[in-house]
Amino acid sequence: MRARYRAERRFQLYGLVAIGLTGIFLVIVLADVLFKGLPAFTQHQFVFGVKVDAAEIDPNNTRKPDEIRAGDFQALVRNTLRGIFPEASDRAARRRLDGLLSSGAGDALRDRVVADPSLIGQTVRVSVLTSADADLYFKGLGTEITRRAGRGTATPSDTSGSIEIASTVTDFASDGTLTDAEPSQLVAINGGVVKLTEIRGNRAAGEVLLPLSSAAAAAPGSWQVVTYVTPESNRRVGDREVVWLERLKEMGAVRSTFNWRFFTAGDSREPELAGIRGALVGSALTLFVTLVICLPLGVAAAIYLEEFAVKNRVTELIEVNINNLAAVPSIVFGLLGLAVFLNFFGLPRSAPLVGGLVLALLVLPTIIIAARAALKAVPPSIKEAALGVGASHQQAVFHHVLPLAVPGILTGTIIGMAHALGETAPLLMIGMVAFIVEVPHGVTDAGTVLPVQIYLWSDLPEIAFQAKTAAAIIVLLVFLFVMNGIAIYLRRRFERRW
Amino acid sequence: MDVMVHPIKTPGPASAAAAAAAPDSAKIIARSVNVYYGDKHALKDVSVDIPERAVTAFIGPSGCGKSTFLRCINRMNDTIPIARVTGEIRIDDLDIYDSSLDVVQLRARVGMVFQKPNPFPKSVYENVAYGPRIHGHARSKAELEEIVETSLKKAGLWEEVKDRLSDSGTGLSGGQQQRLCIARAIAVSPEVILMDEPCSALDPIATARIEELIDELRANYTIIIVTHSMQQAARVSQRTAFFHLGVLVEEGPTETIFTNPSDKRTLDYITGRFG
Amino acid sequence: MSAIYLIGLAVLVAVGFLFGLARAAATARSGPLHSRPPYHGVFVALGVLVPMAALYVIGVPVGQRLAESQALAAFDLGVIDDLKRSAILRDVQAVLAGRFAGDPGEALRRAAETYASVRWIANGTLLAVGFAFGLLGLVLSLRSVSAPFRARTHVERFINIVLFASATVAVLTTLGIVMSVLFETLRFFERVSPVDFLFGLQWSPQTAIRADQVGSSGAFGIVPLVTGTLLITAIALLVAGPIGLFAAIYMAEYATPRFRAFVKPILEILAGIPTVVLGFFAALTVAPSIRGWGQALGLDVASESALAAGVVMGMMIIPFISSLSDDVINAVPQSLRDGSYAMGATRSETIKKVILPAAFAGIVSAFMLAISRAVGETMIVVMAAGLAANLTFNPLEAVTTFTVQIKTILVGDQEFESAKTLSAFALGFVLFFFTLTLNVIALQVVKRYREQYD
Repeated sequence: MRARYRAERRFQLYGLVAIGLTGIFLVIVLADVLFKGLPAFTQHQFVFGVKVDAAEIDPNNTRKPDEIRAGDFQALVRNTLRGIFPEASDRAARRRLDGLLSSGAGDALRDRVVADPSLIGQTVRVSVLTSADADLYFKGLGTEITRRAGRGTATPSDTSGSIEIASTVTDFASDGTLTDAEPSQLVAINGGVVKLTEIRGNRAAGEVLLPLSSAAAAAPGSWQVVTYVTPESNRRVGDREVVWLERLKEMGAVRSTFNWRFFTAGDSREPELAGIRGALVGSALTLFVTLVICLPLGVAAAIYLEEFAVKNRVTELIEVNINNLAAVPSIVFGLLGLAVFLNFFGLPRSAPLVGGLVLALLVLPTIIIAARAALKAVPPSIKEAALGVGASHQQAVFHHVLPLAVPGILTGTIIGMAHALGETAPLLMIGMVAFIVEVPHGVTDAGTVLPVQIYLWSDLPEIAFQAKTAAAIIVLLVFLFVMNGIAIYLRRRFERRW
Repeated sequence: MDVMVHPIKTPGPASAAAAAAAPDSAKIIARSVNVYYGDKHALKDVSVDIPERAVTAFIGPSGCGKSTFLRCINRMNDTIPIARVTGEIRIDDLDIYDSSLDVVQLRARVGMVFQKPNPFPKSVYENVAYGPRIHGHARSKAELEEIVETSLKKAGLWEEVKDRLSDSGTGLSGGQQQRLCIARAIAVSPEVILMDEPCSALDPIATARIEELIDELRANYTIIIVTHSMQQAARVSQRTAFFHLGVLVEEGPTETIFTNPSDKRTLDYITGRFG
Repeated sequence: MSAIYLIGLAVLVAVGFLFGLARAAATARSGPLHSRPPYHGVFVALGVLVPMAALYVIGVPVGQRLAESQALAAFDLGVIDDLKRSAILRDVQAVLAGRFAGDPGEALRRAAETYASVRWIANGTLLAVGFAFGLLGLVLSLRSVSAPFRARTHVERFINIVLFASATVAVLTTLGIVMSVLFETLRFFERVSPVDFLFGLQWSPQTAIRADQVGSSGAFGIVPLVTGTLLITAIALLVAGPIGLFAAIYMAEYATPRFRAFVKPILEILAGIPTVVLGFFAALTVAPSIRGWGQALGLDVASESALAAGVVMGMMIIPFISSLSDDVINAVPQSLRDGSYAMGATRSETIKKVILPAAFAGIVSAFMLAISRAVGETMIVVMAAGLAANLTFNPLEAVTTFTVQIKTILVGDQEFESAKTLSAFALGFVLFFFTLTLNVIALQVVKRYREQYD
C-alpha cells in the first residue's frame, strides 16, 4: 500500500515538474530577451561644444537651408574631438579617434543649425552620437578596470612617445614583454597615460597614449598602475580607445539618454543609427490590409456556416477545409502568395498589400472558427423570439444574433491579428526581406514588418545588432501582450451568462 | 397557495356555447398534418379546427407532439433543418404551407410566446418596438410610441415599466419578462397568438397574472396555449385538445374533456394515471 | 477611366436606391407593401450594381488583353515567349508614359500607338456599355417595384449568395495552394525525375545553376532533408511529448482551479511567442550553450546543431500538446473515473489504467498535429539549424529541413524557371501533403473520439 502511495506521489511530481519546466522555459526566454535587449533602449552620446565653422558648412554664406543641409557637419564634430585629443595627429590615430563617432554624429547638429542659421559661427553645445562600439563600451561590454596606487616614486623619461618609467620599488607585475592576449597594463601618471609594453624589475617601458604634463617624478600614491582585465585582442575597442573614452567620461562629456532614435529611424547598416520605424509602419499597413480583408470575409463565412448553410456535402467540404487550412504550415501560404499574388496577378514584391493578403488568408480560419463559436454562444431563444415576431431569418441574425456575438468576434479577431503580427515565414517568401531604409507610405510601397526586421537583424554579424534585435523583440512582445490583454479584457467584460 | 384557487371568470354562456359549437367560426383548420424529424414520425395525421377569439389548450404528456403541432401553425418548424411537414393548415382560408407564401408575413399574423421568457437583451421599449419597426407598421416615432404603449397596456405591464422603458428587458422579473414577450407579440397586431407553456418557468403569482391576461386577450385574439398543467388548461381554455404519442386523441369543449372524456387515454391522463 | 466608371457606378447605385425608396414609399400610400421601402431601394441599387460591377470585372482585363495582343501584332514576331512578351509590353508602357530611355524605334512606336488607341476604344466601349447596363438595370428593377413585389426576399437571396461566396474563400485558398505548388512541381519533374527527387541521397541545388547541369542526378534528392526534418522533429517531440503530456495530466486531473488559472496563462503566453523570437533564442542562446557544454564534455558540437533547434522547437509545441491533450483527457467521461475509484484504485492508477487508454486515440492525434506543426515550422530552423544537407542522425551535427531549403531557395534573387527555383515548390508540395495527411487523420480521429463520448 505504501508503495502505491509513493507511486502516486511520484506521478504527481512528474506533472508538477513538467509544468515547472514549462514555466522555467518561458522565464528563461523572456529574461534572455530582456537582458539582451534592454541596453539597446539607451544610447550614449558625447556632449561637446562644437564650433559651427561657416567655412565647412556654408562656404558661400548663403544661409539657405538647402545649402546648410549639404554641409559637412560630421567634419565639425570630428574636428572638435581632434581638438580634445591633439596628440592623435597621425592618420592611423585620427582614424581610430574618428571611429568613436557614429557616422550620423553630425545629424543632430545639422538639424539645429538648419533650424537656426544664426548659430553659424558660434560654439554650440550639442549631443553627438557615439559609434556602436563606443556605446557598447559604456554599456559594459568593454573591460573591467583595476587601479592600484603606485607604492614607490615613479619617474617617467619623457612626456610623449616611447618612454620608460622607473619606480623606486617593484610596482609592476612580473618581468617580460606584454602581449595583447593578456590583460593590458597601463600607468596613469602626471595627467597622462602610458601603456606598458615591457617590464624589467622596477623599470617599465611603454607607449604614451595620453601625453604627460611633465616628466617630473611622481610621489608614491600620486600615480597609479591601471589594468584593463580583458585582453585587448578579446575586445572590440583597443587600449587607445579605452583611454580616450575614459578621459571623455572623466571630462563629463559622456551622457546616456533614452534611445528615441530606435523608434523614429528606419533601418540602417550602422547599428547605432538603425531603428524600427519602417518595420512598425510596415506592420501597421500589413495588419490593416489583413484586417480589412479577413474580418468581413471571416464574419460572413461564419454567419453562413453557422446560420444559413444547409447540411450537405458542400458545407461539409467547406468545414473540413477550414479546419485543415488552420493547420497548414505558414510557409506554404508564402508559396501561395509568391505563385498567385506575385507571379500570376503581378502585384508588387515586398509590398504590405501582398503581405496583408497572405496573412489574411492565413488567419481567416482562426477568425471563422472564433466567429462561429461566438455566434453559436448566442442562445437560440433570441433568434426564435425575433422569428416569432415576424423577422426574417436574416433580420433575426443581423439584428439580434450578430450584435450579441460582436465581443466574441472581436476577441477572436484580436487574437488572429496578434498571430498575424508575429508571423514571419510567409512574408519572407513574398520578398518583404529587402533592406529598406525608407519608411513605407502606402500599401504598395516596398516595406518590411517587425518580425522580419528581427530576423534580418539577427542575421547580421555586428554584435551591436544583437541588442537591437532583442530590443525589437521586446517591442514586438509588448504589442502582442497588449493585444492579448485587450482580448482577455473583452472576454471578461462581455462574458455573458444566459 | 390561494393562487391555485384564484377565481377564474368562467366563460359566459354565449361564448361558451359558441366555442363549444366551434367549427363554423373556425380560425385555423388543420387537416392530416404529419411531422417527421428525420426518421422520427413526431406528429401523426392531426386534423383539428381552432375557433376564433377563444383559448384552445393543447395538453398531453411530454413528447406527445403538442408543441410540435403548435410550431406548425407559424411554421417555426422550418428553422429545424431535419423537420418535414405534410398535410394542410389554413388560417382564414390561407394555406400556410403554400410554397408562394412568405413565412415572415405569416409569423406577423401568428405571434408566439415561448416557454422561457426570452426578451431581447435590449431596452423594454426596443423589445416591443422591434416588430412594428421591421414590418413598417408605424409611420412616425409618435405612432411607434403609441403602439408600444398600447401593447404594454394590453399586456398589463405598462404601469410597472412606464418609467423605465429604456432599462434592459432582461432586468425585469420572470413574470414581467413573459408579459413583455406577450406585449412584443401583440405589438405586431397578430390574429393568432401561440403560447408554448408560457408559465412553466414562472412562480405561482406570476402564473396567475399571465392566466388573467390570457383571459383578457381572448376578446381580441385567437389563442392557442400548450400546457403541462391540466388545472391551467381548465382555468383558461374554452376548448382542449389532448395529444398522446403524436396522435390527437380527443378535442372538444374543455368542460367535456375534463368531466366526460370519450377516450380512455384521455381519462387516464386527466386522472393522473400517466404523464 | 476606372475612376470615372467607379464614380458613375456609385452615383447610379445611390440614385437607384433613392428612386426605389421613393417609388416604394409612394406605392405604400395606396396599400400595404410586402417589403419595406428600404428593401425596394436596395433591390434597385443592386439592379444597377450587379451588371455594372460584373461588366467591369470582365471588361477591364479583356480590354487590356486586346490592347496587348494588338500591340504585339505590330512586331510581327510569330511565336514569342513569355519573357520577350512582357519585355515588349514594359517598353510599350514606358513609351506611353514618356520615360523610355533612348530611341524606341519604329516598331515600338507603332506598337505603342496601337496599344493606346485600342485601350482608348476599349475603355470607351466599356464606359458606354457599362452605363447602358446600369441604366437598363435601374429601369428594369424600378419597374418591378410594386406592393406585392418581394424585394426583401430578393435582397436576402443576394446577401445569402455573398455570404456563401465568403465561405468558399477558404476552399479557394486551399485550391490556390494546391495549384500553385502542383504546377511548379510538375514543371520541376520535367527536369528532375521524381525517383531521383524522392530517393536521392544528396541535396545540393546550387549545382544546378550551370545550364549543363540542370537535372543532373543526385543534386535534388530529398532524403537528407527528410532525415534532417525528422531528426529535429523527433528531438522536439522528445522534449515536448513527456512535458506536455504530464502537464496536461496534472492540469486535468490534479490541479485546483486556482492553479489552473495560474498555469493556463503561462502556456498561452508560451504559445503566443512568435517563432522568430524563439529562433533568436535558439540561435543566440541555446546553440552556443549546447556547444559550450559539448566542448566541456569533449564532444564536437556543430554551432548550428540539430539539438538546439529541436529543443527550442520542443518548447514551442509544449503548449500545443498540453492544451490538446488536456481537452482530450477532460472529455473522458466522469463515469469511467468513478468506476475505477470505486474499485479502490488510486488517482495515478486510474489515470494510467483507465483514462490514458480511453484518451489514447485523442492523445495520438494531438501528437500528430504537433508533428505537423513541427515539420512545418520555419523560423526556428531557419535561424538555428544549418543549410548543409547532411545525411545523419547525430543530433550534435548540423542538418537542414524542408522549410529551411524552401526559404533559402526562394528568398533573394531567383533564377527564372530554373530547376533550383522549381525545386522549392516541389518541397512545398511534399510538405503540404505530408502535413495535410497528418492533419486530416488527426482531425478525423479527434472527431470520432468526440462523438464516442458525447
